[in-house]
This record gives sequence, C-alpha cells and structure tokens, in this order.
Amino acid sequence: MRVMAQMAMVMNLDKCIGCHTCSVTCKQAWTNRAGTEYVWFNNVETRPGLGYPRGYENQEEWLGGWVAKNGRLSLRAGGRLKKLLTIFSNPKMPSIQDYYEPWTYDYETLLGAPAQENFPVARPYSLISGKPMNVSWSANWDDDLGGSLEHAAKDPMLKGIEDKVTFEFEQTFMFYLPRICEHCLNPSCAASCPSGAIYKRSEDGIVLVDQDRCRGWRMCVTGCPYKKVYFNHKTGKAEKCTFCYPRVEVGIPTVCSETCVGRLRYIGLVLYDADRVLEAASIEDDHALYEAQRSLFLDPNDPAVAAAAERDGIPGDWIEAAKRSPVRRLIQDYAVALPLHPEYRTMPMVWYIPPLSPVVDVIKDTGYDAEDKDNLFAAIETLRIPVEYLANLFTAGDVAPVNRVLKRLAAMRSYMRDINLGRDPRDEIPESVGMSGEAMYEMFRLLAIAKYEERYVIPTAHAEQAHALEELATDCPVSEYGGGQPEGILGEGSGRPTPVAAENLRMLQNRQRADSLENPLIGGGSKQGRVNLLNWDGIGMPEGLFPDRDAETSRETSGDRS
Amino acid sequence: MNTVLWVIYPYICLAIFVVGHFWRYKYDKFGWTTRSSQLYEDKLLRIGSPLFHFGMLGVIAGHVMGLLIPQSWTSAIGISPHTYHYIALIGGIPAGLATVAGLIILVYRRRRTGPVFSATTVNDKVMYLVLGIVILLGIWNTIAGSLLQFGGEYNYRDGVSPWFRSIFYFQPDAALMAGAPIGFQLHAFFAFLLFAMWPFTRLVHVFSAPIGYFTRPYIVYRSSDVRPGVGVGTHAPARGWDRPELQKKE
Repeated sequence: MRVMAQMAMVMNLDKCIGCHTCSVTCKQAWTNRAGTEYVWFNNVETRPGLGYPRGYENQEEWLGGWVAKNGRLSLRAGGRLKKLLTIFSNPKMPSIQDYYEPWTYDYETLLGAPAQENFPVARPYSLISGKPMNVSWSANWDDDLGGSLEHAAKDPMLKGIEDKVTFEFEQTFMFYLPRICEHCLNPSCAASCPSGAIYKRSEDGIVLVDQDRCRGWRMCVTGCPYKKVYFNHKTGKAEKCTFCYPRVEVGIPTVCSETCVGRLRYIGLVLYDADRVLEAASIEDDHALYEAQRSLFLDPNDPAVAAAAERDGIPGDWIEAAKRSPVRRLIQDYAVALPLHPEYRTMPMVWYIPPLSPVVDVIKDTGYDAEDKDNLFAAIETLRIPVEYLANLFTAGDVAPVNRVLKRLAAMRSYMRDINLGRDPRDEIPESVGMSGEAMYEMFRLLAIAKYEERYVIPTAHAEQAHALEELATDCPVSEYGGGQPEGILGEGSGRPTPVAAENLRMLQNRQRADSLENPLIGGGSKQGRVNLLNWDGIGMPEGLFPDRDAETSRETSGDRS
Repeated sequence: MNTVLWVIYPYICLAIFVVGHFWRYKYDKFGWTTRSSQLYEDKLLRIGSPLFHFGMLGVIAGHVMGLLIPQSWTSAIGISPHTYHYIALIGGIPAGLATVAGLIILVYRRRRTGPVFSATTVNDKVMYLVLGIVILLGIWNTIAGSLLQFGGEYNYRDGVSPWFRSIFYFQPDAALMAGAPIGFQLHAFFAFLLFAMWPFTRLVHVFSAPIGYFTRPYIVYRSSDVRPGVGVGTHAPARGWDRPELQKKE
C-alpha cells in the first residue's frame, strides 16, 4: 500500500442554476490571454447537449482515455510507438471549429462614428483570422436546450436510449453539468505527453503542465477524454485547469468554487492507494469501474491507514483534513457522489451528485406530492429516461448506482420534511435506503447548509515550503541567478512581487505611481496594503478597499472587522 | 577567400549553433516549441507535414552516410563507388522528392491559410527561405550533378565529405572544398548559414525529439518542491500573457 493524497471536488448538480459564474471568473483569472480565447478551464454544459468541444464524449471519434484489453490498459489513441510515428501531425486533434472561432467586436466603429442617420453597428471579427465573421457557434450555443432538436439530439450519451428521450418542449428534462479538469488518478493526458511535461503533483495529486518542458506535440489534447487540455495557439504550449493551485496551497478554494452562486462545490482531500490504481483501472467490466475506484480510497479514520499515510510522508494535518473532508464523506460515507465517465478509465477525481430535480419536477407537474418518499421512489423506477441518461454519464450505463443515489436524495427530502414541519422523524425512511437517521441528517447538513469551512476543507501546503509558494512569493524571483535585488521600479513589475490571486486596479495604479517603495500606499497601509478580493467573505470592509477618507473611520472599520 | 569561406565561416556558424542552443535552452525554455498551427488547419498539414518530416529524416540519414562515413570504409567492405552511388540515389531521390513535395504543401498552406499566415513571424519566413534554398540546392546537386552529371562527374566523397569531416577533427582543409562544383559550394554555404540561425528559430524543436517517451513510466509524479520556474508569474505578467488583440483583415 502506498498512500497518496488527492485534492478532489464534488459538485451537487441539483443546485446548479447554470449561471456560468464559475466559467466567467475562471476565465478572468486564468485564460484572458491571447491564444487562450477559446479556452475554458471551467465550462458549464446543458445536458442533454453536445458539451464543449462539440460531442467530446464520443470516444470512437476522439479516441481519448484508456481501453482495457485482456486485463491490460492501453491508450485508446495508440501507445508510445504510434504516438512517435504520428508526431508530425496529430491524427486526432479537434480543430478550432470543434471548439469555436473566438471573436471580438469592432468597437472602434461605434466609438469613432460621426453623427449619422443610421445607428453604427459593431461587426464581429474573428480573433483567429482577423476577418469579419458570422458567429454561428460557440461554447454555449446549445445552452438551456437552445436548438435542442438539432443539437441535443446528437448528444453521444443518448446513444441507445434515443427512443426514450423526447425533445418535445413539454416533456424535456435538462440539467447543468459544470466541468473542470478531473485531475485523474490515472491521467491519460500525462500518459500521452511525449515530453513528459504533464505531471501529477505527488503532494496533492493536482495535474499540471510544465510550461518549460511542454514542446507543443498536442498529444495530450487527444489523450484527455474530457478534452480539458487546451492548446494555446499563441505560445504553442498546452494549458489546463490548475485546480487554482496557488490558492489551494494557501488554503483557499479554487476560483470556480469560491464564486459559485449555488454553493454547490465541495473541496477536500481523499487518501488513496496509489499501488492499486492501475489494477482498478484495468478491470474489464465497465460497470465495475465505479466501485473499483471507490475501493481505492482509504479511510483516514482507520489507524492502520493513518500510520501508513504518515510513513508515506503525508503530514499530520493533512490526515486530519482527510478525516473532515466533505468530498470523502460524499463519495465514501454517504455514497451519493459519482464519477463522470468512469468508463474512460482515467479514474477522475471531480465527482458529481446526480440531480434529482428532473424527477421531482415530473411528479410536481402530475399533481402528486413531490416530497413523498414513495411517490419519488416510484418515479425514479418508472421514469427511466433521466436515470438511464444519468447512468450513461456517471456509471458507464449501470442504472443501479444511480437509482441508489437518487433514492437516498429522495429519502432525504421526505425525512427532512417531517423534521422541518415539526413531526416525528420517521427513521424507516433512511433505513429503507440503508442509512441511519443521524447519517442522513448529517448528509442533509452537508448538502444544504454547510458553511464555507465545511464545504472547503483545504489543508495548506507546508510552512517549510511556504516561501516558494506562488501566493506568498517571498522567495526572491532572481535568486536562482544569484541576484537578490528587487526588479526595476517601472511598469507592472514595479514594487514588491504581487500575489497571483488579486489586487485591484486602484492598488495597481498606486503601486506603479508611488514615489517611493516605502511610502504608504492606500488606506494608510504600508506597501503591503493590498486587499485580496477573492478571499474576502463579504463581511465588513477590508482595510484598504477604498482610499482613505479619514484615518479615524478607517481604523474603526478595521476594528469591527477583527 | 577559400579560408574565410570554408574554414572561418563554418567554425563561426558551428560555434553559434552550439553556444546558441545552450543560451536558448537556459533562457527560453518557454519558447522552445514547434508552435504548431494544427489547430487552425488540419487537412493539408496531415499530408504535408509527415511527407516533409519523414523525407527529411531520410535526407539526414543520407547525409550521415555520405558525409561521415569515409569512402575507404565502404570500399573495405566491398562496396564499389558505383554501387554506393546507386544505393545513395535509390534512397536519396525518394527522400528528397518527399521533402520537396512536403515543403511545397506546407509553404502553400502557410501562405494560403489566413490564420496560419498571421501566425508566421519574420523569423519563420527567413528560416523557411534559407531552409528552402538549402533543400533545393541539395536536390539540384543530386539530380543535376549526380544523376544527369551536368558539368562532368564529381565524386563528393573525395571532396566535400573529407572537408566536412576535417572541420570536426580541427584540421580543416579548404582546398578540398575549393575544388567542388558551385552547386555543392552553395549548398554547403547555405547549410552553415542555416546552422547559425538554427538556435534562434523554431528549428530547435529537432532537439526535443521525445525519445525518452519509450522508457519513462506513463504517469509522471513530481513534487511541488521541484519548481524550476519558482517565482515566475509573481512579479511581471507571466510569460505568455498577451492581451488578445484584434488585427483586422478585411
């Protein structure tokens, strides 16, 4: 047994309202650069739908992930020899048309237009070719089932159940699926990389691309079945979701989680047995993969596991964090979270609680009591449509685990209704789905009202490494070349190194225009007086958010805050 | 003049080649890439690129055989100059033609596909020009010189090859090259120019041929302690950060 820690995420799909805030904030933070216009580390798809890039789940077409043959695991797109023989042009790479051609508008026409009779129009221009274009597709073209007769019907996950899903307006069902990189235990992107530039961090399992070692062979784009490695066409390097590692290292959640309006994301550690990953991924029966992956996870409350974890160099506070991990609880204890496409055999580590709401909605529409356990159970059984579709997404088509999860969620609704209405809780409800009343109540708390600290249990990286962390950045950037002086005092880089997470425009301007590095900058603070808006909890007013109107008030507000 | 052309100039070019690569590797690992344009255009690349690159591999193999293996060695194992010549042409002409065909397709694609052309830098254009000249002169030497024997027979294994080897054991003999036909002289001249440009162009990708892929485990684990680029991205905008800007083309 070799214990490794994995930073993982669970998303509760019942709570996703499809607002795309996660996508937008992620894009602002990480991919608002030339060459990454079409890159969405986080995107939200309407299902049924094509997803992004178009139809990425059709692995017969895109050849992502692994296949198991005779108990041996191999890359679907071909092994090492084939990769090197086809290195001069990747035979299976999505083109920009499979994503979408990024564009901007010709705003200059608006701004520079003279007084005229007709209102000037800003035409769309392609950011790829620089030519005027007709916008005919983009990342969320089929959002909210828009054009579903044409697009959603091509959803690869509808294969085999086409006759059971209708896109008649009154009978449709839909839900949103937010996706980030899965930070797999057995990442096929890393395995596909000829240069060995994609690596899994041994501390927290985050999968990263070493930008200095990437040579732009593009095999990772093909290798990833989730199509979550993107090719930056300006720098010629692969880029992917980093699980916001500079934030996670200092104990704050990813940007997508932090800004999630529905608070549907959970982040925490999972301990797993790295020695058995390959074995679990090689099981031939697709339906067994979900349980095989669950069997890899270790229980940190087991003293033997804790001892082994300590032996393998996992710090004590990380083991403690694994015990409190909401992700571990949802995957292991309550077993309501399911992996996305276990059949790709990459052992993904962003799991999903499937949505019960399509079922609830159907019952409500028929006039029956949608909180009643028996009505819900019956509906889950008979309304095959959502269940089979969900099974295609989360359990390689095996409906049994999806049914189990949905029943637990349904039971929770009924059980909690009694409690909320002041009736006696009926313990036969949780028992009917194999849970204790107490566990069900705890699950309800975690799913419905868990506070920030319960949803994100993120142990920080270790103090002895702290100076090297991106976010703290007290390490001298030029020390490896023998220098030790701060860099020049002009331009963006003037003053002290800036944390990656955030500083606002005013601070940036002040910092650049300050006469001296030692002068107080803003809000009476020192040169360190910056506000990290991304980890501001919205309570009170952080010091330095606004320029100092009056030293007294500023001190009072900061006093309130602490 | 011969000393300048066939002794001093090659050494300067090779020195730039070697030192330039060290410099580039140390200071520009981030820029060390092929800057693939496959995302923009796929169909022509799927034909042109393998054609060119595999042709090129054949051409390089031919040069290794012709330049580095002395004639005395092949004679010693009983290959007559005539047989050798025959082998060289059988291997060389298809490889050369594949390279040229691939090059034509790739250059056409680069010029005619808008996004690909936009992504082509001046550096790229100069490099393609020199590379094209070297390849065409090489083909000319093979077809016109060796096959059709314009301007009499010339055995490069008596002239060009010993001269090329003499550079590497530091006893350069300019006279050997001075007697070679103009086609060979020009080919060598431009080839050394290409060597001098090499470290500063996208040609560096030749040295990232991922041979290690055969031996390394599929999944790479790495500790976050090992952070070669530590500090990068914490002060100035990170490398690769450019504002997306529209360059309009009607």
